[in-house]
Order: sequence, then C-alpha cells, then structure tokens
Amino acid sequence: MNTKINFAGIEMKNPVTVASGTFGYGREYSNFFDLSKLGGIITKGTSLKPRNGNKPSRVCETASGMLNSIGLQNPGVEYFAENDLPFLRKFDTAIIVNACGSSIDEYVELCRILNTLDIDGVELNLSCPNVKAGCMAFGNTYEGVKQVTSEVRKVLDKPLIVKLTPNVTDIASIAKAVEDAGADGVSLINTLLAMKIDIDKRRPVLANNTGGLSGPAIKPVAVRMVYQVAQAVNIPILGMGGIINGDDAIEFMLAGANAISIGAGNFINPYTSVNTVIGIENYMKKHNIEDINDIVGTVQMN
Amino acid sequence: MSQLLLAELVKKEQLKPDIFKYSVKAPNIVKEAKPGHFIEIRVSEQTEPFLRRPISIHKLDRENGILEFIFQVKGKGTDILAKKEIGSQIDIIGPLGYGTFQFDEYTNLAILGGGIGVFPLYELAKNAKESNKNVNIYLGFRSKDFVVLEEEFKDVSNKLVITTDDGSYAEKGFAINYLEKDIEEGKVDSIYACGPLPMLKAVQKLALEKDIPCQISLEEKMGCGLGVCLGCAVKTAKSSKEAPEYWHVCKAGPVFNAKDVEI
Repeated sequence: MNTKINFAGIEMKNPVTVASGTFGYGREYSNFFDLSKLGGIITKGTSLKPRNGNKPSRVCETASGMLNSIGLQNPGVEYFAENDLPFLRKFDTAIIVNACGSSIDEYVELCRILNTLDIDGVELNLSCPNVKAGCMAFGNTYEGVKQVTSEVRKVLDKPLIVKLTPNVTDIASIAKAVEDAGADGVSLINTLLAMKIDIDKRRPVLANNTGGLSGPAIKPVAVRMVYQVAQAVNIPILGMGGIINGDDAIEFMLAGANAISIGAGNFINPYTSVNTVIGIENYMKKHNIEDINDIVGTVQMN
Repeated sequence: MSQLLLAELVKKEQLKPDIFKYSVKAPNIVKEAKPGHFIEIRVSEQTEPFLRRPISIHKLDRENGILEFIFQVKGKGTDILAKKEIGSQIDIIGPLGYGTFQFDEYTNLAILGGGIGVFPLYELAKNAKESNKNVNIYLGFRSKDFVVLEEEFKDVSNKLVITTDDGSYAEKGFAINYLEKDIEEGKVDSIYACGPLPMLKAVQKLALEKDIPCQISLEEKMGCGLGVCLGCAVKTAKSSKEAPEYWHVCKAGPVFNAKDVEI
C-alpha cells in the first residue's frame, strides 16, 4: 500500500498536512505526537516584518465551525528562520511556509528570503480575509493573482503553491491565474468571509466585525470548489476546509485534491491530523486501493 | 506538559440550580497542574458544539488523582456537560496555561474573587494556607442566592470576608472595599484576583496606586487553548494605538501580573 505522494515537487510520506494558522510552528502539537507522522506542515502565516494582529475578540464559535479574525499575528520571517525553522527541521516532514504580505514588493522581498532557507516550499497567502491591505485584495481577481504570483515566481526557485480565497465569483478562473503565472500548485479554500452578531449587544461578536468561517460547516463548499478547480487546471491541488477525519480527506481527494490540510479540526482534537492519516489507510484497505494517488479526481459525476 | 485524556466522572454535585461541581479521575493532569491552570473540555464527539470549553481548575486532590472543576450552565456546551452522568468519560486536555499564581515570596496574601470567578482561587488559597501564609480572602456575590463555597474557603483562610451587592447576605457592598481597608492598615503584601472585568479593573487600579504586586486571572474567547490559534489576545501594558502589542491568555496566562496587561 502506497501513501507517498509528490505534491508540486515536494515529496511527502502521505497526503496529510496541517493548515496555516491552525498549527503554529509545530511546537505545541509536538507535545502530543511525533510530527514526522505528517506528510507536511504549513506554518502560521509569516510576513517580512512581525505583525501584531487584530483587536480581540478574535474568535467565536458558530454552527459546526468557528470565526476567526486573528489578523496574521506572527513574529516575522527573521525570527522564524532563527527560532522555529531549526525546531521544525528536527522532524521528517515537509515544511511549507505560508507567506503573507501587504504589497507586491513585500511578497517578493519575503520570498527572496524564503528562497534561501531550508524549507520545502512556499504557500503564497493571497486569501486572508482579516487584513486591510494585501492578501485577499490581490487574491480576488485574475489579474491580481497573476501579477503577484508572477513576480514571486521570478525570485523563488522552490515549489510555489498559491492559497486561494473562496470569496470570489469564479474560483476556477483565479486558479487558472495561478497556473498561468507558473506556480506549481494551488491550495484551497481559505476561510469564508462571515459575521456573527451578539443580539443582546446588537454588535458583531468579533472586534473586527467580520472574520473567516472554518470548520465542518464549510466542507461542502470547499469540496465543490476543489472539484471546479480540478476541472480547470493541471497543477496539483491541496484541498482543505472542514476536514476532521479520513473520510473527509478521501472526499476531497475524489473531488480532485492531491493532498489535504487539517485546519480547525486541530483545535477540537490535537490528534485529528494523525488520525486522518490512519483513516485514509483504513479506506485504502477497505477498498483495496494500492496507491493513494490512484483515487485523485476519480469522482464519477451524475 | 498538557495531555488529552478521557477522565471518568466520579462525583457530581449541584451547587446551585445552574452551577455544577464535577470530580474527575485525571491523575496525569493532577500531577502537573498548578494553581491557576485550566483545562479544556470537549463536551460532544460530534461537531456541534464545535470548540472545546476552557474551564478553570477548582481543586487538585494529589493523593487520589482527582481533579475538581466547577462550571455554570451558560449555553449549549455547558448544558451538555451538565447532563453527563457519573461514570461517563470526559474528554479533557490539561493542564493548560503558562502563567499561574505565584505566592512563595509573600507572606500576607489577599485573594479577591467575584461571582463564578472564585473557583480557580480555591487551589491557590489551599496551597498558600498549607505553606503557612496569612491568607485573607474577599469574595463578592450579587446576592444571597449566588453565594457559593463559603465553608470551603473558610477552611483555607485566616480571614474570610463575604459580600453581597445588595446586602442580602453577610457584608453589604463590594469585596474590594474590604480589601482596600486592609491595604490601608498595612495587612496586605500581595493580591490575587479573578472575577468580572469591572472588579479586575478596579483591583488593578488599586494595586498600581498602592504599589502592591497583583496577579489577575483573565479570560477571553479561545479557539484552541494551546497557544496555536492566537485567538485569546490580551493587550500588554506597553501597547499603544500606534504599536499594539498582544499576549495570549492561554499561552502567557491565564494569570498575569496586573501591571503587565491592559484590561
């Protein structure tokens, strides 16, 4: 039975990764399990300079999910390279850095630095809904995505994955921009822009008013988008959005995802990602699947 | 180091119509936990409600590996939790938090609690009393019907002041006023507080004015409780509008030095 994959040029022992912003830089979860069991780790969104993040309240619970408006709080790439990367490198797993910026220059400068580090790839964050400048502002048009991705491509030799926002009319065209700009893969979906109101205070619960919705509530939307993107591009897809077990992961892979990420599912159970690896293997045994790569995109439409 | 375990519910007491005290068998958590630490409970194996509930630790029975926590039924999560039966397994991660109550270097402790914020103060008081500290406790409640754990706190204190806002039980007024009087008389060298935000703000102001070391236990909405999601942000005292700076309740706290945070 083979669970190994090559995602956008990155070798992984299985298709299970953990999503940016839900796993920090790995330390906290390393208390619970051996991180080497994962196919890969996508780091917390990391920027050129440290970012302070948004005012609290930053999170709240919703039906089978949650909203967050963290605002990309992170210690910056320099701190990451000195303090977090050496720790992550102790584990036999792919390390992919989620890179965020407020301008094209910032993305380029950041990726120039990332290109010199001992990492396996970069996930370009063009989809955070919680910051005013950059990110989703670039990520919601074909031109914006193509421009940023092309500029980054010029300075980045490592595998380049671009993370897409679902807050667009036609996600397939955005994915096409990623492919046209020469990136190696796409990841989707980031969170859905959402709002929750405290009816006693008559105010939004989050200080930032809106936030990104994640968790099992968004899974059917994500599966549909992964399917649509799979029809539109030939580069590999990292699928995510509400996955909490092996069955969910298989659903994404059938829709066209070559690998998957566990996001908010990490919060409800620190073992969700490793349990998902086991769940995938169980599915393979049950259905006599020799190679996990064989099931990608094999959904038969009605 | 925190861990996830299924802890058997061995004792369940209803302290008030909406307040429950649970005793669970969790020797590995009890061994590691310190006064001020908290736990996170997943009340359902389903995805509804989705997130874990952060709940403070009330009492640690180190000999028998029993952990006690007290919670108020406030919404669907605590409602499900309140319906658990003796013998059921409760999904807990703990102990969580980094900042805990520190009293070793002090002698005359003032412990201030308000409402359901009194629960995490018990283990602190117990430990301090066992270390032969002079433990003065001031607990404020809305009215007679809300007063809880009076006997328990009496047993772990040299002096216990109970107040009710409306005077329907014990002393009338706010607990902090009695604390302030004792500060004036030079009877306090350190303060430890947990309770509603207005009370914490008042005690923070008082402690800074009187230059008395003060530790406060904070709460904020949490995503993970592990220091990963960075949801439970609290402003640091150094923070300014131009350069905001945040720590996190689960990662740096939940107990902070009052002078270090802006609440």
